[in-house]
Amino acid sequence: MTDSKYFTTTKKGEIFELKAELNSDKKEKKKEAVKKVIASMTVGKDVSALFPDVVNCMQTDNLELKKLVYLYLMNYAKSQPDMAIMAVNTFVKDCEDPNPLIRALAVRTMGCIRVDKITEYLCEPLRKCLKDEDPYVRKTAAVCVAKLHDINAQLVEDQGFLDTLKDLISDSNPMVVANAVAALSEIAESHPSSNLLDLNPQSINKLLTALNECTEWGQIFILDCLANYMPKDDREAQSICERVTPRLSHANSAVVLSAVKVLMKFMEMLSKDLDYYGTLLKKLAPPLVTLLSAEPELQYVALRNINLIVQKRPEILKHEMKVFFVKYNDPIYVKLEKLDIMIRLASQANIAQVLAELKEYATEVDVDFVRKAVRAIGRCAIKVEQSAERCVSTLLDLIQTKVNYVVQEAIVVIKDIFRKYPNKYESVIATLCENLDSLDEPEARAAMIWIVGEYAERIDNADELLESFLEGFHDESTQVQLQLLTAIVKLFLKKPTETQELVQQVLSLATQDSDNPDLRDRGYIYWRLLSTDPVAAKEVVLAEKPLISEETDLIEPTLLDELICYIGTLASVYHKPPSAFVEGSRGVVHKSLPPRTGSSESAESPDTAPSGVQAAEQPAVIPTQGDLLGDLLNLDLGPPVSGPPIATSSVQMGAVDLLGGGLDSLMGGGGGSGGFTPAPSTTMPANMGAPLGSGLGDLFDLTGGVGTLSGSYVAPKTVWLPAMKAKGLEISGTFSRQVGSISMDLVLTNKALQVMSDFAIQFNRNSFGLAPAAPLQVHAPLAPNQSVEISLPLNTVGSVMKMDPLNNLQVAVKNNIDVFYFSTLYPLHILFVEDGKMERQMFLATWKDIPNENEAQFQIKDCSLNADAVSSKLQGSNIFTIAKRNVEGQDMLYQSLKLTNGIWVLAELRIQPSNPSFTLSLKCRAPEVSQYVYQAYETILKN
Amino acid sequence: MIHSLFLINASGDIFLEKHWKSVVSRSVCDYFFEAQERASEAENVPPVIPTPHHYLLSVYRHKIFFVAVIQSEVPPLFVIEFLHRVVDTFQDYFGVCSEVMIKDNVVVVYEVLEEMLDNGFPLATESNILKELIKPPTILRTVVNTITGSTNVGDQLPTGQLSVVPWRRTGVKYTNNEAYFDVIEEIDAIIDKSGSTITAEIQGVIDACVKLTGMPDLTLSFMNPRLLDDVSFHPCVRFKRWESERILSFIPPDGNFRLLSYHVSAQNLVAIPVYVKHNISFRDNSSLGRFEITVGPKQTMGKTVEGVMVTSQMPKGVLNMTLTPSQGTHIFDPVTKLLSWDVGKINPQKLPSLKGSVSLQAGTSKPDENPTINLQFKIQQLAISGLKVNRLDMYGEKYKPFKGIKYMTKAGKFQVRT
Repeated sequence: MTDSKYFTTTKKGEIFELKAELNSDKKEKKKEAVKKVIASMTVGKDVSALFPDVVNCMQTDNLELKKLVYLYLMNYAKSQPDMAIMAVNTFVKDCEDPNPLIRALAVRTMGCIRVDKITEYLCEPLRKCLKDEDPYVRKTAAVCVAKLHDINAQLVEDQGFLDTLKDLISDSNPMVVANAVAALSEIAESHPSSNLLDLNPQSINKLLTALNECTEWGQIFILDCLANYMPKDDREAQSICERVTPRLSHANSAVVLSAVKVLMKFMEMLSKDLDYYGTLLKKLAPPLVTLLSAEPELQYVALRNINLIVQKRPEILKHEMKVFFVKYNDPIYVKLEKLDIMIRLASQANIAQVLAELKEYATEVDVDFVRKAVRAIGRCAIKVEQSAERCVSTLLDLIQTKVNYVVQEAIVVIKDIFRKYPNKYESVIATLCENLDSLDEPEARAAMIWIVGEYAERIDNADELLESFLEGFHDESTQVQLQLLTAIVKLFLKKPTETQELVQQVLSLATQDSDNPDLRDRGYIYWRLLSTDPVAAKEVVLAEKPLISEETDLIEPTLLDELICYIGTLASVYHKPPSAFVEGSRGVVHKSLPPRTGSSESAESPDTAPSGVQAAEQPAVIPTQGDLLGDLLNLDLGPPVSGPPIATSSVQMGAVDLLGGGLDSLMGGGGGSGGFTPAPSTTMPANMGAPLGSGLGDLFDLTGGVGTLSGSYVAPKTVWLPAMKAKGLEISGTFSRQVGSISMDLVLTNKALQVMSDFAIQFNRNSFGLAPAAPLQVHAPLAPNQSVEISLPLNTVGSVMKMDPLNNLQVAVKNNIDVFYFSTLYPLHILFVEDGKMERQMFLATWKDIPNENEAQFQIKDCSLNADAVSSKLQGSNIFTIAKRNVEGQDMLYQSLKLTNGIWVLAELRIQPSNPSFTLSLKCRAPEVSQYVYQAYETILKN
Repeated sequence: MIHSLFLINASGDIFLEKHWKSVVSRSVCDYFFEAQERASEAENVPPVIPTPHHYLLSVYRHKIFFVAVIQSEVPPLFVIEFLHRVVDTFQDYFGVCSEVMIKDNVVVVYEVLEEMLDNGFPLATESNILKELIKPPTILRTVVNTITGSTNVGDQLPTGQLSVVPWRRTGVKYTNNEAYFDVIEEIDAIIDKSGSTITAEIQGVIDACVKLTGMPDLTLSFMNPRLLDDVSFHPCVRFKRWESERILSFIPPDGNFRLLSYHVSAQNLVAIPVYVKHNISFRDNSSLGRFEITVGPKQTMGKTVEGVMVTSQMPKGVLNMTLTPSQGTHIFDPVTKLLSWDVGKINPQKLPSLKGSVSLQAGTSKPDENPTINLQFKIQQLAISGLKVNRLDMYGEKYKPFKGIKYMTKAGKFQVRT
């Protein structure tokens, strides 16, 4: 008497029979019939014709029957929306039932019926259920909001359900909290901009409390939500870590991994000197190891994540090499991942063990795995120099096995070893040559040919060997052909007398008989080189090659940091940021690790707080629609004004709204300190004069193009406006300052298919009043694939508005196609004026006069210059050293600089000869600028 | 969240589908079938498969693929853990988890799946709660149901779900109050040719069967809790108490559950209870090879090693094996090349051995891979890590329960390379 009988009723008239049974008076018969209907439904039969009859069974006290009908409704309501309306009344009634189980069931089912007409009726019952006295109902209702949002997002917002949901985060029942978080996370995913999960210390506290008491699944939601929070300082980070750590002992591996994510992320904020940091590192290892004893599918996901963790913090698992040893009955996907991690963990201490294991794997049955194991041996050799010799001999042993694919892989990796350690292991070449005939894969053949060409002078019969390859030249793959061409040219340059014929043969094969443009081009280049200047050819072809880097497959650090924030997600499995693969990438917000604030010095300075430092390094492209600044849009992009009149600008200077405060106090303070009165109105015209007075745009073009020999540091050009965002126009640029004038050096590249012309540029109001001093002059229309370099002179008499960050500049560029907007950050040192050297006395007085709370301290790390070099380097960028003292072996430099708007910044730079990090103390009446001055210091000193 | 679930049998038929949100077409499984075709064996199908619009996360258990479909970024471990939980629940409900069983109980399966997820969010995954909501089918109940017309679905609110101890139902009553704990350790090891240990670790669990009336509060203490530095607990265990006193304090779920699992890592010295002496040799261009293995006890603390089973995958070049065991029975399957030898108990006075010759394909060079020997065994009354329970106490209830602790050591993935 099992349910399988429902599968066998395939006879004709089945539906008809069921219909009769459904309308039967006997409860039992009814239920049996509904069961049959459900069974048919689950195997994909269409039983939608029975809709009205099944819905009629809904009004019953029998809970099972009710549930079965609900199951049916969820499946078919969509296809029969008009009929589904019949069910609404019962739903609404059930939402008032005294039994909370029924109330919850009704609201849950209603949410699953994806019919607009029904959702309208859902709102009222849902609102009641969200405030129900029973937590079971509230928690079900929370999920229902997410369902409703999926069907009709607007409705949810209009009805204010989102706010109710946010209130549920503070619910007294942990289950309700967890479900509210889960629902909000899901809704937030389709609303990247909304601040649905706006976390603050209070709500974090609520979540952490709920974390201890809710179900395992709820814990996952809460932990994932916590991971998005940015603690305000290291103390908060530590206290969250302490409360999350117990989750590492949970039996559910997803909870463990989510906890690992939170810890890995917040750890970034903890100082390495802290005892707690060490404790945390120790606590992370065991749970990660435990994940590896779970089912293979879980192991796989865990291993992909461990791969990231090992790259970010190798110290966590460095003693756990053995758990990654491969068992022969592991599934192949687990084996390959383990192997990868083994290589990452390989070090001098454990290399012997690793090699022994790898050698063992190289005799296994699975071909893919064996190949990867052989490659791994090569990677070990490159990574751990001391082991190279042992690796080479292991590879030679493997070549002796004569197993075809093993030999081929071994040769490929030996080539890499040669490139890493040239002139060390060439004794093995003879052995390699013996296996020449067995190579049938292009990669192995190419590797072997490379070896022969590279060491032609040591191989007696190199010409014969290469000639043998030449016979089937046209049947080889491109990779091999290119390699063969180069190898023979190398051979010719080394042994010109015997191989002339060979080289002619290969050149003619490559240039005349080949259809491959790459091959032909390379052939011609060699031909011409050889025929015009053999000495030059030798220098080019036999040039010293750069050594190959240690680990080529490491994930790039910024990507790695981003992926660490995604531990436990699909992104971590694919090692790609979600933007690279999530459908439509609608909800993608780039995440980044919090900066470390723990170190004692920088903790004092508020300026290094997360938000400040993180201020987008990359120039942001302003979206073409959306919240564009009105000012920018209103700008006239016709012929640009050739510079606003000076008179108005100095008036505006007085009304600087950001710097105004600083300026005022500076002036006031200066007066008090006796005689020091910086006069912005006099200095300004002095350095503005040149670019303004004479529209010598062309002259600046020249100086800008030549580069900066004597001026301040100029950063390399970066792309400000990618071609993708500007219909083919790509703009890259940088800022420079030369003898008192600022310019913006631009490269415009036309990557579209049509000609571009009528260029014009305009700046939005900005913190320092930067504005173009001359129109953007592009003399000829820009043809496709052409680029032009322009140096645009700038002045600082434009209108002023405080920007955030301070050095943000929003630019509009127009051409015949459209108007494009982008924003970029300019380095502050382009604003440092030439007369920024302060008198010694004045310096002392001013330093004392500026209140201590205006002082900011910064660390300049990894700078190896001595005091003199530092001061001459800084002088180039108009930072003047006023005095130098030597205190207890440390050099103290006292420096001053002045900004275009007359703000003085005083600096004390402490340099310890043995320590590569300098301490920079800045005092300024407008402390807002300190951080940007510090950034300027850092750029100048490091370049 | 989890969108849909497909159950696929070994021959590639989708025999059950369940959707928690909108319906996802079956055709999405085609991507899975492609991956299945590429993988040589069912075990090797990758657990995460991307498709243009969805992701397929699968687990393979009991010869059934459980394939979950997700649409947005969801933690994959969350999905995989959930799928394992589904399998465990089926097993718990129906005794075995097989295609036939699932088809036989399709309505219960459907009801259970509906209770486990709501809109892709896990709802009730604790078997205690599920069983309160939907009673598992028993032969008696099926018969009674057909006669009286009563149902599998409980008609009460799952009270446990609302209490502070969601894992325990209220109002439990037993006439015999008993609590049994099984300490089971599995030893995973790789032993190299010369008999030295490359890696060895212990995966331990404490499974409990607690049938106690009311709301008992138990504490369990160990002689050497220091061994447990890497543990995963059932949610009922009070973590604070463990952190400070190294005592397990908990209100147990009713019935069978896993109290904790632990891991003794390769770094602590792990005792290896058995050894294998082997002499397997193939000669070049000879159609015969020698094969000899002997199994013996090593560090067993005087306990008997039983249930010993030796299996080994022979290289492809092996045609047949002529062997004689000193005890037990052996089988060599010439098709799969799998040798298995059921040894039984090891008598330390007379060590079991298996000797004989191997016939190889004539004319070919000797096989280049050496067979690995897989070992299974059991040792009763011993936890190989040395873990020992000190005492078990009960608070909160008046009666005196019957208590029992059992130890057992088993081989997990125990491999000897030759």
